[in-house]
Amino acid sequence: MDIEAKVKQIVMDKLGVEEAQIVPEANFIEDLRADSLDTVELVMAFEDEFGLTIPDEDQDKLRTVGQAIDYLKGKLG
Amino acid sequence: MNLKGKKALILGIANKHSIAYGIAKSLKEQGVELAISYAGGALAKRVIPIAEELGVEMIYECDLSKDYDIKNMISLISEVWDGIDFIVHSVAFAPSSDLNIPFHHTSRHGFLTAMDISVYSLLAIAREAEMLLHPGSSIITLSYYGAQKVVPNYGVMGIAKAALEATVRYLAYSMGEKGIRVNVISAGPIRTLSSSAIGGISQMQRRIEKSAPLSRNIEQEDIAKTALYLLSDLSSGVTGDIIFVDAGISIMAY
Repeated sequence: MDIEAKVKQIVMDKLGVEEAQIVPEANFIEDLRADSLDTVELVMAFEDEFGLTIPDEDQDKLRTVGQAIDYLKGKLG
Repeated sequence: MNLKGKKALILGIANKHSIAYGIAKSLKEQGVELAISYAGGALAKRVIPIAEELGVEMIYECDLSKDYDIKNMISLISEVWDGIDFIVHSVAFAPSSDLNIPFHHTSRHGFLTAMDISVYSLLAIAREAEMLLHPGSSIITLSYYGAQKVVPNYGVMGIAKAALEATVRYLAYSMGEKGIRVNVISAGPIRTLSSSAIGGISQMQRRIEKSAPLSRNIEQEDIAKTALYLLSDLSSGVTGDIIFVDAGISIMAY
């Protein structure tokens, strides 16, 4: 499974949203209704899935689905 | 180790990264029956599925800052169990506005909240559960080295953990007459929902990998194994003590 599909799967599992809602510009908090604990869990799930560490200072860069995919592609690419 | 039929109350599971989850899972594998409490609100949707996975039916919403909530939970537990063998207290909280700031800017409210949820809750649960505890019952809580040495960003939680470690010693003394033991595990930094609120954990973990005697960070399982020791009869002569599960980092000067 590619990075994009894995990210979508994680977002679906963690936030309980429909696949159709997971568009690149969807903001985790504003559009997908993530609470503050969800955002932490999303980062932890990305770390687990992709076997990397996302430093605290980078976490603000992952506000939308597209930003998360781009960030992870950059790290893994 | 045969812990089949023993009964444990677990406070502080938030998700599968929680230290309390690791301990609960290990206890379950040893045949221990579990009761789980959670603080409510945003935690319910996280903890309920975990309780299902662990096959736990005794799950209670309990705000540890409310004595009547604790009393109520203990009374519900006493309808099902005639005793509690183990209590795992893995609970801490400080308002986010009082974390990651210069320490002397800590608000009175933040200070008192951190002490209430992270420290007094241990005393409160021990007191309210006393009627279900018996000689051989064992209580553990979780601390961190920031209680003893300054860890940047840890701030008011360091003060709360210092008070927690002192509370363990005083509880061990006051409950010792009844044969109830109280100990604390000081765990190295591990990525959890709570620790994510403290800035800089990933940098700390990178440093630990380089300088700790075991050249690694600790995992949930490392803590769970020491928890099994402290809860079980294997540690029958140990109380009021603090055990570092930190890959040895606390013995290093630099």
